[in-house]
Amino acid sequence: MVETSIKNYNINFGPQHPAAHGVLRMVLEMDGEVVERVDPHVGLLHRGTEKLIENKPYIQSVPFFDRLDYASPQNQEHAFVLGIEKLLDIKPPLRGQYIRVLYAEIGRILNHIMNITSYAIDVGAMTPMLWGFEEREHLMEFCERASGARMHMAYFRPGGVAFDITPKLCEDIMTWAERFPNYIDDMETLLTGNRIFKQRTVDIGIVSPQQALDWGFTGPNLRACGFAWDLRKAQPYDCYDKIDFDIPVSKMGDCYDRYLIRVAEMRESTKIIKQCLEQMPKGPVKLSDNKITPPARDTMKQNMESLIHHFKLFSEGFHVPAGETYTAVEAPKGEFAVYLISDGTNKPYRCKIRPPGYVHLQAMEMMSKGHMLADVVANIGSIDIVFGEIDR
Amino acid sequence: MDDALQELGELIGISLPNGITSSEIVCGQLVLNANRSAIVKVLTFLRDDAHCHFKQLVDICGVDYPEREERFDVVYHLLSMSHNNRVRVKVRTDENTPVPSVVGLFSTAGWFEREAWDMFGIYFDKNPDLRRLLSDYGFEGHPLRKDFPLSGYVELHYSEEHKRVVYEPISMTQEYRSFDFLSPWEGDQKTAPDDAGDEEGAS
Repeated sequence: MVETSIKNYNINFGPQHPAAHGVLRMVLEMDGEVVERVDPHVGLLHRGTEKLIENKPYIQSVPFFDRLDYASPQNQEHAFVLGIEKLLDIKPPLRGQYIRVLYAEIGRILNHIMNITSYAIDVGAMTPMLWGFEEREHLMEFCERASGARMHMAYFRPGGVAFDITPKLCEDIMTWAERFPNYIDDMETLLTGNRIFKQRTVDIGIVSPQQALDWGFTGPNLRACGFAWDLRKAQPYDCYDKIDFDIPVSKMGDCYDRYLIRVAEMRESTKIIKQCLEQMPKGPVKLSDNKITPPARDTMKQNMESLIHHFKLFSEGFHVPAGETYTAVEAPKGEFAVYLISDGTNKPYRCKIRPPGYVHLQAMEMMSKGHMLADVVANIGSIDIVFGEIDR
Repeated sequence: MDDALQELGELIGISLPNGITSSEIVCGQLVLNANRSAIVKVLTFLRDDAHCHFKQLVDICGVDYPEREERFDVVYHLLSMSHNNRVRVKVRTDENTPVPSVVGLFSTAGWFEREAWDMFGIYFDKNPDLRRLLSDYGFEGHPLRKDFPLSGYVELHYSEEHKRVVYEPISMTQEYRSFDFLSPWEGDQKTAPDDAGDEEGAS
């Protein structure tokens, strides 16, 4: 038989590919069906968010954060708002904190449904997404009823939240939370023991604890490697310290474990949502200081002072004392942080956004080397990336 | 909390007399100012010393202060899970002086350094892959520098004539409006939460 030499070849994965979860272009060097080198090209969705934020008053930058990770907008706002509050040295009233935590957890479930089900589609299961998006729709309705917007809420504000929520809404969320675990059970019967799903995910993309530290993993991807690390427990913000929940941890660090962690986190989030609704006190949802939060709409029509406050706040905004802070929250994808430098004016001097997906995507080569092409798709799905936050 | 951080800062300063120039506490977070040339040594110490154990590099970013001689800050954020602690390390550099890369210590530094190069034009010595990351293929300039205009210099559209996307110098139908809110008429410098509202109301 004549000896033939096979040359490695490059293929372009994306940027228009349903399994790329957005506009990811990856240049893959293949040896037959085996991946030798992965070079992700990101930035196709770069909008210069950080530059724009530097040119806007603080309060006008909140909506930019919705548009980073559009699968869980609330959690991004949370980091930014907490950063501003730290610089201003204020703390929102307790009810405001509970509402924020409530919606942050709704955001987490929104994100995990989105991730798990689209991941399932990537590896061949259609039904979980059809079921899951119905639940997402319910959650988005709750968002709409609180803030007026289904996705991009712009609801968390420095000093609290924009509006109060009604008792009827609390009731409906509670009814939903009672019922939601049934959906998780149904979804698990389709996926967790499924032979095809397990063949595609078990032992694929294994990350050792050492590698997880080296590549800066956070969130569910880190917990799948055996670290019980969750910022909601370790460095609690808002009222997370008053709430009882567990951190799911797993050991193998493969695609299947990352899936299991997310499923368990949805159950924990449901627990947190219930506790928030039970414990939520009555009272104001934002600070009454009109230098930072806008006055009530009806007083604005009759009261000169309120009108002035309203006008000043929405044109000039508030001035933030000089200082800098790195504020991190446990977003559904991992540690989402904002490094805010203030020079004492009404606009941030620098606002660096630290997106978790960016760090995880960088590790694609480490995770995919030596695997088959089809496993690259499983890896992308399992690390949970959204390009809004990676490209900024 | 602040005392413990202060102590840690002093301890690190003593252990690395040539590496750390000063340490301070800003908004309850420990900030170390380091020598540029010693950054690899400093981060190695922070990673491996038993009192520090900052095993994770969570972020690297650039900050631009154009009025300074060494105009850029490179800011490293580290996280220690075992001590539940964070630290911020800053070094200074200018447009032409490279900062030693820390990719050898933390693999995750690769993209962060690429981003800082892309956005600010900060060189990183011995980074194996210092290409642009976020901006477009063939992009010129470093957009997050303070002297780079918000609108940029070029805009692109699809040209029927050439049957491809073409770049053209930007033309804005309306000037970007930037209002000066630092006028002397704004006398109230206070942003204190509780009293400011009442005082302002009374006057």
